[in-house]
Amino acid sequence: MSSMMMWIVLVATCTLCFAIKLLGYLVPEPWLSNPRLQRINALIPISLLSALVVAQGVVVRTHVVIDHRLAGLAVALAALFAKAPFPVVVVAAAATSALVYHLH
Amino acid sequence: MSKLTKSTVRDSLSVAITVGTYGVAFGAASVAAGFSVVQSCLFSLFTFTGASQFAAVGVVASGGAAAGAIAAATMLGTRNALYGIQMAPLLQVKGVRRVLAAHLTIDESTGVALTQAPRGVAAMREGFWITGTGVFLFWNVFTLLGALGAKALGNPASWGLDAAVPAAFLGLLWPRLRSNFLRVVAASSMVFAMLVTPWLPAGLPIIATTVVAVVLGWRAR
Repeated sequence: MSSMMMWIVLVATCTLCFAIKLLGYLVPEPWLSNPRLQRINALIPISLLSALVVAQGVVVRTHVVIDHRLAGLAVALAALFAKAPFPVVVVAAAATSALVYHLH
Repeated sequence: MSKLTKSTVRDSLSVAITVGTYGVAFGAASVAAGFSVVQSCLFSLFTFTGASQFAAVGVVASGGAAAGAIAAATMLGTRNALYGIQMAPLLQVKGVRRVLAAHLTIDESTGVALTQAPRGVAAMREGFWITGTGVFLFWNVFTLLGALGAKALGNPASWGLDAAVPAAFLGLLWPRLRSNFLRVVAASSMVFAMLVTPWLPAGLPIIATTVVAVVLGWRAR
């Protein structure tokens, strides 16, 4: 991605995310209180975060690839099951992945 | 300071410090995706909603188009509008204070405010402002540290940064999986994302996955 496009991503993300926040203070309540809209809206973060785990963890461009990152993710999953705090999860994943990367 | 206020302040600050440290992961992810240290800091100052920021840099890192990055971030940000609807009648803000309140309206400030309900409206307002301001300060300081750290480290794979980013997403996802249905949504989304990856341009599978949310959320359960 060109540096110009990266600035566009930055400025558009900042602007739209703020506009959405402000919208909550401006629109009449019934507009966004449709139950179906609320149900879907509650699921969207879960779907997007799940897809991001896949896109960053096991994908290179348009291919599913198993590499050192998956070892890191497996350790992150184990840490989450063990109720480890967020920084521990991230650092454990990074350390494992780096280790596997250098062993190869 | 009254006893009432003290517990609200304690709740607010413990959340602010914990969440603020996630900023290190964001700063590092942003630099690993190719953004500069300054750009990473601008993200945290002006977007100031963690999941959206992670999504924007995540799509860029996976080779996606600008539109995909912006769309993913915006869709993740829509829940903040719903928080605003809940906070507006409580805060009763106008003008500049309304703009400030809107900017500080995120998971944590709304969450702490709502949990202060038994202590009264004044405590709820206090919880919102202290948590919002506290997360803002820590989030931005830690973003800078994470970005500078990642810059100093060099090759992301060599330090495991490329695994730290998906692990951070998993860490953000985990506490949301409070029921079996939500775990099914997450698992279906992951499988769906893998299945469509070879067929769509890079980055697009992330946005496409919202189809899973729409389909599974369409009918009441």
